[in-house]
Amino acid sequence: MRKVFAMLALLVIFAFLLLAVAELRGEDGGFGEPVHTAMDDYFLQDSQSHNQANNVVTAILFDYRGLDTLGEATVLFSAVSGVLTVLRKVKPVKRGGKE
Amino acid sequence: MNWKMSRVVRTVTDIMVVPIIVYGIYLIIHGHLTPGGGFQGGAVIASSTALLIVSYGSFRDYKKDFSSMESLGLTLFILLAIFGILLGATMFHNFGAGTGGLFGGTVPEGINPGYVNTGGTIPMMNIMVGLEVAAALSLILWMMAKASDSMEVEA
Repeated sequence: MRKVFAMLALLVIFAFLLLAVAELRGEDGGFGEPVHTAMDDYFLQDSQSHNQANNVVTAILFDYRGLDTLGEATVLFSAVSGVLTVLRKVKPVKRGGKE
Repeated sequence: MNWKMSRVVRTVTDIMVVPIIVYGIYLIIHGHLTPGGGFQGGAVIASSTALLIVSYGSFRDYKKDFSSMESLGLTLFILLAIFGILLGATMFHNFGAGTGGLFGGTVPEGINPGYVNTGGTIPMMNIMVGLEVAAALSLILWMMAKASDSMEVEA
């Protein structure tokens, strides 16, 4: 019984996702013509005049989404801090009653 | 480490380290024109450090150099981002684009051959991130090599 319910739920979710993807296609129904292109067109058309840089990807990485790059750099910094913390030299602690 | 690889490997390393570093610097400086950028160029430069560590084995204590290099890169990156607030509107505002200063050239609209002296703050941030990534990955490699060498089992 549980397996039947699980299969039914999976089918419903699958149909829902399929309908959602079909909704994303363009008016002609053509593949490769997405609907929501306002942001893409903005970046592609205006990044040269905004940033005076040819590479749109770099313009997005370092100007429009600069905070994301800052987060990546911070992740790297904390990774290095973790490595330095794990591999630091530790003096062995004397255990036992001796002083 | 008290071992090193054979003379063949060391000679090839001597020959190959300089082109690798030059290629990394090229990737960083041309980040606003061609695919690549600070992260990729920094990783390429760090690979030269890995080559040196693997082939030569013995090395000096570079921990403070790499560490200060990394901190300098990240600090200058954040300072450049904050200058956007002071000089322009928001954080990461491109205040250097088209002003005629360093990297301040203008780009003709559409397809063009690509000019290095353009991009405003983007090449500067690429250089800072490249500095940081190169130093960070080199520091991780160096610390791991050193730790695996000086590992001693203590009771």
